[in-house]
Amino acid sequence: MIFLLLISVFLLSCLVGYFVVQGVTPALHAPLMSVTNAISGIVIIGALKTAASAETFNIQEILSLAAIFLASLNIFGGFAISARMLKLFKKKER
Amino acid sequence: MIAHNGLYLIYLISAIFFIFAVKRLSSPNSARSGNYWAQAGMILAIFATLLVLPSRNDLGILTAGLLAALLGLLWGNFVKMTSLPQMIALLNGLGGFASALIGFAEMLHQSAYSFSSSAGLVIGCFTFSGSMIALLKLQNLYNKGRLPFFNLLNCLASAAVVLIWFQFSEVPTLKTVLLLGFASVVFGVTLTLPIGGADMPIVISLLNALSGFAASFIGFSLINIALIITGALIGASGMILAIFMTHAMNRNLFTVLFRKTQKNVANTDGKTQTAHTGSPQDAAFLMQNASKVIIVPGYGMAAAGAQHALKNMASILENKYHVDVKFAIHPVAGRMPGHMNILLAEAKVAYENVFSLSEINPDFETADVAYVIGANDITNPLAKTDSSSPLYGMPILEVFKAKTVFFVKRSLSGGYSGVENPLFFADNTLMLYGDAKKITEEITAQL
Repeated sequence: MIFLLLISVFLLSCLVGYFVVQGVTPALHAPLMSVTNAISGIVIIGALKTAASAETFNIQEILSLAAIFLASLNIFGGFAISARMLKLFKKKER
Repeated sequence: MIAHNGLYLIYLISAIFFIFAVKRLSSPNSARSGNYWAQAGMILAIFATLLVLPSRNDLGILTAGLLAALLGLLWGNFVKMTSLPQMIALLNGLGGFASALIGFAEMLHQSAYSFSSSAGLVIGCFTFSGSMIALLKLQNLYNKGRLPFFNLLNCLASAAVVLIWFQFSEVPTLKTVLLLGFASVVFGVTLTLPIGGADMPIVISLLNALSGFAASFIGFSLINIALIITGALIGASGMILAIFMTHAMNRNLFTVLFRKTQKNVANTDGKTQTAHTGSPQDAAFLMQNASKVIIVPGYGMAAAGAQHALKNMASILENKYHVDVKFAIHPVAGRMPGHMNILLAEAKVAYENVFSLSEINPDFETADVAYVIGANDITNPLAKTDSSSPLYGMPILEVFKAKTVFFVKRSLSGGYSGVENPLFFADNTLMLYGDAKKITEEITAQL
């Protein structure tokens, strides 16, 4: 049952994503990719959870810490480059 | 329990923040706030998790997070805009790899075999190795043609993944999990290795989508709503971009991934055609006396880093000679979605002067000069006229309608498709051979 619920959430989210991204102008496709890269760092909360349930210094903990590192790299790198790109699209006074 | 219900709610809220963020990215005016929405959602999710979940190793988590924050900020703030496609490829790969590691940890931890964590592992590993190959190609470190029997290799690698996957029915052992990850990495390599440079926008979008779906599967495994929604959002976004790009090349995903590019030599019927060679002086003269100039950039502009020189030329034409200068961008120009737009924006070209394919095509008829810099296939009129050409059906920028066409190119060779461009030999075309940046600077010097 819970699996069906999760699948429904997944499919509806795909639909929402489809409608939301449809409207993005081609000029902003690059920032769109970098922002989605940054938010893919959300897996960090999964890694925090697996780290919390791991024994100290076993393989599960090491894997979780590595995942935390990579996800944070995505978050900070992704948001930094997005901010830099979006600054370029600021409306200028002529 | 109350704390966990609260956490669930906060995850939902941060997922909704991400949806708002993407929505606000749809127009240049609201785009910057989109980034802030996304950051807010991320901060919310992370802090709520840290507050609610007790951890045994806070020091380790803090060190890993802070180290990555420092590296990420340095990377994001100091990377050159010209190597943006490489950075995006690497971010896709790292995101996928993070999901793969969590899937790995979960498979070892769970008491029963879980399909979703293994799917997270497989897709994550695939995304990682595929992105690394894309990165090598974007850096021009690997440029060889297609592998021999690459379709056979693809079949073997995918079969290996499926076979190992089906072995799992009991609790997975470390060895089988590692084997599954390894097979997925190999599959990622065999699938992306044969795909050529100009198809990179499609590959990068696809890998972007996959990194999202990997996160979704991890979400299924951890019953985490934020991961499922966000992953689906990223997946949908990457898929839309990939499909948009394939439409812009009149291809479909299947042919991009599994078919050989047709490297057929254009049928010149044995007669040697001559292209007219122009000089920077000619270009300067024609452009300063024009009333409308349309600039068409392609990957060659990015490779030469010519965007600032180009902007400089455009401003002189506009301000000194009152020429109407417009920029025309084909959806697949460059190596990633929106590549040209970002480079022009970096050179401070106002985005009001930058037009997409459908917006600009009616303008070429009244244009005096079309200045094509480092682009080829996206202007090839054969795509409209020759049904036997591999380019046939691809929407093109109709530069041939302009009074005079300048092509800034290194040589007369065909573009990525290998198809010769008859426009090079047209009477109203002048070729400017050389480096895109140098030529543009030489023209500017004459103005």
